[in-house]
Amino acid sequence: MSIDMRQFHQVFFDEAAEHLGQIESLLVSIDLRRPDDEDLNAVFRAAHSIKGSAGTFGFSDMADITHVMENLLDAVRKGERALTADMVDACLAADDILRAQLAGHRQECQVDPAPAAAIIERLTRLLPAAPVGQAPAVAASADPLPVRESRGLQADVFDVRFVPEPAVAAQPTLQDNLLDELGRIGGVEIVYRPPPEADDARWWLKITTLMPADTLQGILDFMAAPGTVEISATDGGAPAGEETAYGFFDPLPDLPAAPVSVPAPQAPPREPAGEAKPAAGADTSIRIGVDKVDQMINLVGELVITQAMLLQSSQGLDPVLHERLLASLGQLQRNTRDLQASVMSVRMLPVSMVFSRFPRLVHDLSRKLGKQVELKTLGEHTELDKGLVERLADPLTHLIRNSLDHGIELPEARVAAGKAPSGLITLSASQQGGSIVVEVGDDGAGLDRARILAKARERGLPAPDSLSDEAVWALIFEPGFSTAEIVTEVSGRGVGMDVVRRSIHALGGRIDVKSIAGVGTRFTVRLPLTLAILDGLSVRVGSETYILPLGHVTESLQVSPDMIHSLSGEPRLIRLRGRYLPVVALHREFGVADGGTDWCAGIMVVVEVDGVQMALFVDELLGQHQVVIKSLETHFRRVKGFSGATILGDGRVAMILDLQALVAGARRLQSVAA
Amino acid sequence: MPLQAGAPPSITDDAAGGCEYLTFFLGDEEYAIDILRVQEIRGYDPVTPIAGTPAFIKGVANLRGTIVPIADLRIKFGVGGVEYTPFTVVIILNIGLRVVGIVVDSVSDVVSLPARELHPAAGLSASIGAGFLRGLGTVGERMLIVLDIERMMRSPDMGLVDPDDAG
Amino acid sequence: MTKNVLAVDDSTSIRQMVCVTLTSAGYTVVEAADGCDGLEQANERVFDLVLTDLNMPRMDGLGLVRALRELPAYRQVPILMLTTESSDEMKSQGRAAGATGWMVKPFDPLKLIEVVRKVIG
Repeated sequence: MSIDMRQFHQVFFDEAAEHLGQIESLLVSIDLRRPDDEDLNAVFRAAHSIKGSAGTFGFSDMADITHVMENLLDAVRKGERALTADMVDACLAADDILRAQLAGHRQECQVDPAPAAAIIERLTRLLPAAPVGQAPAVAASADPLPVRESRGLQADVFDVRFVPEPAVAAQPTLQDNLLDELGRIGGVEIVYRPPPEADDARWWLKITTLMPADTLQGILDFMAAPGTVEISATDGGAPAGEETAYGFFDPLPDLPAAPVSVPAPQAPPREPAGEAKPAAGADTSIRIGVDKVDQMINLVGELVITQAMLLQSSQGLDPVLHERLLASLGQLQRNTRDLQASVMSVRMLPVSMVFSRFPRLVHDLSRKLGKQVELKTLGEHTELDKGLVERLADPLTHLIRNSLDHGIELPEARVAAGKAPSGLITLSASQQGGSIVVEVGDDGAGLDRARILAKARERGLPAPDSLSDEAVWALIFEPGFSTAEIVTEVSGRGVGMDVVRRSIHALGGRIDVKSIAGVGTRFTVRLPLTLAILDGLSVRVGSETYILPLGHVTESLQVSPDMIHSLSGEPRLIRLRGRYLPVVALHREFGVADGGTDWCAGIMVVVEVDGVQMALFVDELLGQHQVVIKSLETHFRRVKGFSGATILGDGRVAMILDLQALVAGARRLQSVAA
Repeated sequence: MPLQAGAPPSITDDAAGGCEYLTFFLGDEEYAIDILRVQEIRGYDPVTPIAGTPAFIKGVANLRGTIVPIADLRIKFGVGGVEYTPFTVVIILNIGLRVVGIVVDSVSDVVSLPARELHPAAGLSASIGAGFLRGLGTVGERMLIVLDIERMMRSPDMGLVDPDDAG
Repeated sequence: MTKNVLAVDDSTSIRQMVCVTLTSAGYTVVEAADGCDGLEQANERVFDLVLTDLNMPRMDGLGLVRALRELPAYRQVPILMLTTESSDEMKSQGRAAGATGWMVKPFDPLKLIEVVRKVIG
């Protein structure tokens, strides 16, 4: 019989990721002077847990790092060592490398072993110095245990550390000879080979061999500086000072004597172990695949549609004759909505899933930039759709980097401006109606109006001095626009605020900025609650129905002939409050033969996308409603101009317009108009 | 009877026993497709047209909550009159994990057709596409045009899948 | 009659591995995520064997062993500690708490079956 260990890998990956996240968040917030014992224990336990399971599932690279981390943390929690900023940094760096290893294992690809070896070395150096030359493992344990299991003829893995003789250290050929010699008795893996002239000249090898430790010692004695050789037997990465894999403290009773006839247990013991109170509701969650949740959401979506169809077919019924039926349908509608809301809530995750990464970012960046920054987060429990949470991470990261880099001033500048030397970045989330609002604010220098205007002119953008502040701030979202005079390592990288705006728009959201010179800047991101449901405006074009995302609609109006302007003999624009808006006639865009053509007879729906306003010409507005978004790609393919489809109350399919794609066409028109 | 020389390779795909086919009419021509690909047969309901797609893609329809594309094979092959009558039917196919509907004039029969009774179809392939024909079969007096419907629906000419996930 | 095993570990992956391994060897396994949880399970029914991790939140493995040994029904039930460290210190603590034996992590699933067979057949 064999057990396929791969079946547990996914669980291990999720579990390890959770532990790594926990280690990071605890370490970032730890108070160096008075570290909380419980926090230290939790970090230790997380590292310990990763080590145990990583070793079990054959991810020895992760076990190696967590092993050293665990030793270090153990020394700290036992009070043998005081926690230092270096230790925290080293553990955070180790956390990153572990994440990279984890990602590598997830994708079944190789991870560069060099950073791992380096971090192990770095962590080891922070450990309390072990008495040199006293290899803890080689001496057999003196504890006489009644039952012992011998390993039989099985190769041992030895961890070998030593400092070479000065002559050897100076001559690479001698080093190669040594490696050859060791290679003759077994497999040699170089964990760490110090570069020439390194301060710490200690080598670290892993040798797999059938030979006893004495043989290794014999070979190394020739080449290593006296008293520097440490050899320990390892067991899958964890040096186990023991050759046995298991043991029993007392001889086992004969098997039949096992406790068969014990009386049934009575009430719980009076007070078993101090604080051992079963915490109510501590572990009442289950892990469930996203596909299952999505299937549920789909089915509920069907139900909502069916319910809408029923409601629609009941509309012609006489309310007096069908009173009971109509009352039940009303009840069904309420129940369906409630069911939909609770099923959707399963996909909802607290925004803290994204926020939790920022303390680390701020910690690292502020150190790098020589700034003092405090990060305050509010409303971490606000929930939004899993898909949104994941895709919010990048734009928010960029906004925070931006605030740190360009917003918050250096301590001296802040003091000179009469502010506290330490800057404050506030990250908040809240639900406002059907939207989630996420804000990134800083108390830094604010945006520089003059510089933005100058930069805009340099780029050939229309930027008269009369522009309102709001319009000036909006310029920073233009492609290629960056006010930083020096491209810094932090927020340089060629990614501008236009990318942030684009990714927020792609989520169906919008971003605004407010700024006051000397006081600070605040970015406000508004997002829909979920990606699966859209607040839509349905419009009729001929016999077709289309859905527009309501969030982009600013107004709708009927136009009079004097508002219509032609280009090359064709009506192309409307003039609205002194501005020309390009018009996209949907009947023409989508080839709807029976669509109306008289602009004055239909309706113009004004939408704003990516800072561009345009008007969509439709025959009629049908109404606003929430629609369940269906992918076209499940059985078909992407279609230009549409972001998806939905099923209407009468069972027909209606296409949802992709306004971003339409605006691309309208932009060209607008440039003609300008 | 020996296996016909020059038979397209897909004949041998279904082992030697051949398989059952669903036959349908496009105009006067009778076509046959592997019945294992057929999920169900429905009447033709109006579909939602999609701008910017070839004429033979009629649009998308709501099939119990999923959105599936509907292709009219009469337009694609240029046979038969393109009318939608109460007898017009849609055959819902399972192609891999995808569900696709095809419009035909009528469904006629289910026949068992051993692989050895398929003959190569020279000359016919121009309108249909060489790779999509398994051959010609005869059942009694009737001649059947046997399609490799799966390969056809997956091919880029049909425009039913994104080129990058057509594999 | 199938033997019942209680597997206590805060690591879901290890717990699952123990559970799948022993189930495939014909045992019935009940999982618990920490000492408290384990003690609660042990109060529900008497297991033939308890396997416990040492480092766990809320109540650790040694605490669980001590608490179990206070229960009359668990005086004789074998308890094995699954541990990543096999130091003498751990062993003496384990012995004092009343554990039956220990097994070093990481271990091979087949090794686990072998050890469990040795203890409860």
